[in-house]
Amino acid sequence: MIEFHSVSKQYPDGTLAVREVSLQVPPRQTTVLVGSSGSGKTTLLRMVNRMVDPSAGRVTIDGDDVAGTDAVKLRRGIGYVMQNSGLLPHRTVAANIATVPLLRGWKRHDARERALELMDTVGLDRSLADRYPGQLSGGQQQRVGVARGLAVDPNILLMDEPFGAVDPLVRRELQEELLRLQRELGKTVLFVTHDIDEAFLLGDRVVILREGGEIVQIGTPAEILASPADGFVADFVGADRGRRALHVQEVDGRSLVVDADGRPAGVLAR
Amino acid sequence: MNWILRNLDEILELTLVHLALSVPAIILSFVLAVPIGWVAHRYAWSRGILLTLCGLLYAIPSLALLIVLPALTGQSLRSPANLVVALTLYGLAVIVRTAADAFDAVDPDVRQSATAVGYAAWGRFWGVELPLAGPVLLAGLRVVIVSTVSLVTVGAVIGVQSLGSLFTDGFQRGIAGEIWAGLIMTVVLALALDGLAVLGGRLLLPWARGGRRRPRLVAPDPTLQAAEAR
Ligand SMILES: Nc1ncnc2c1ncn2[C@@H]1O[C@H](COP(=O)(O)OP(=O)(O)O)[C@@H](O)[C@H]1O
Ligand SMILES: [Mg+2]
Repeated sequence: MIEFHSVSKQYPDGTLAVREVSLQVPPRQTTVLVGSSGSGKTTLLRMVNRMVDPSAGRVTIDGDDVAGTDAVKLRRGIGYVMQNSGLLPHRTVAANIATVPLLRGWKRHDARERALELMDTVGLDRSLADRYPGQLSGGQQQRVGVARGLAVDPNILLMDEPFGAVDPLVRRELQEELLRLQRELGKTVLFVTHDIDEAFLLGDRVVILREGGEIVQIGTPAEILASPADGFVADFVGADRGRRALHVQEVDGRSLVVDADGRPAGVLAR
Repeated sequence: MNWILRNLDEILELTLVHLALSVPAIILSFVLAVPIGWVAHRYAWSRGILLTLCGLLYAIPSLALLIVLPALTGQSLRSPANLVVALTLYGLAVIVRTAADAFDAVDPDVRQSATAVGYAAWGRFWGVELPLAGPVLLAGLRVVIVSTVSLVTVGAVIGVQSLGSLFTDGFQRGIAGEIWAGLIMTVVLALALDGLAVLGGRLLLPWARGGRRRPRLVAPDPTLQAAEAR
């Protein structure tokens, strides 16, 4: 379990990015940090693998303060996937996926085998193994990024807006893929997004952050939709408007669920 | 023309001597420029000082440098080493700024993600930053190659043999063919070394071809999308 113990982060230029955040990230679940840009999501995420050190407070993994660990070793044991994939443009797809195994000193052949296996796992054709990232589509690049994050079978997977830069259709596909993977693998996933729909789709638990790096509400998607903590959350999740405001309409003896514009969203199952 | 045909042996020998003077200077200035450029890139406070100092080197008149250097290095005025040191300094002046730019040009996202997956600083330099700086470094190297090969000829004025000796000798004796021979062979040598550098770049930086260094985010290429949809 990852735990944040009242952590704060003030950057050298004075920006207070995270303020007194306490949070438990339960194992084998997906926890989503969601908030508008600048609400400190990336900063929080990066405290877990020591890309950022908190100015106050502690982050622990299974009870051990990460500040006491060797940062490089720690990072090699935690999967990390970021927006724009962060792939190494001068390495082939297979070499990118094998990055961490190779850093850990695996034999080349074993690392490549592992990379090919992972390409199957994330739904990439093996024929792409020797391409360079620049020769792939955005969606394919993100799959490579996910495969790289999974390469050493880490318990923890950190994902920073991994699908933020791909077009909506591909994003939807990648989200479904992640849900499938998570059902199979059961990692402790800490996922960052500014898209509330994505948060509700992927998160077992959702943490809503506000500008200045403060937590406003933590809960399951259902809990948050049912009882938003305050006006800010209600507004942010769009609980009272748009397609979340659904009504039931009786048509020909069946109960149709229609959205705010009167368009049918589905049929109530009995 | 007759002069050239009668003296092919000498021309060839001087070409090799010219090569032996240029190559060490080119390699030295490249090898020194990379760490200096990296420091200028990494530590903002050092950038102005380093780039200005290296740039100033170029303002020193070459003859003056060649005459002053022996006092500092203990080499004799006419030794090849004296000329190589001077050429290295000029090479530095030409390439250090480019080297700093080369490291600046490395995508910060890539550098960060390399750190995030567990590259230590040293491994990241050799495995990520240096190769990604490669295309810009290569461009700088090519300028150094051409400028060094041409500057070697100045050594002839103080008596260090090279293709430049054909200019000085040709002038003194009024043999146009000799001057032409020196000129043409200098250009040929520069082009040959430049070609080698380009070839080396192709081999070492196969991913950089087509000049697409940043991965595209949304592919307009329908065949790739079709492949992905499968
Ligand atoms: N390295 C940094 N130096 C100074 N300020 C930073 C740095 N990184 C982030 N910030 C600031 O901290 C705040 C939170 O940033 P970030 O954690 O990236 O938020 P998010 O990921 O939610 O967009 C922002 O105001 C941002 O400008
Ligand atoms: Mg962010």
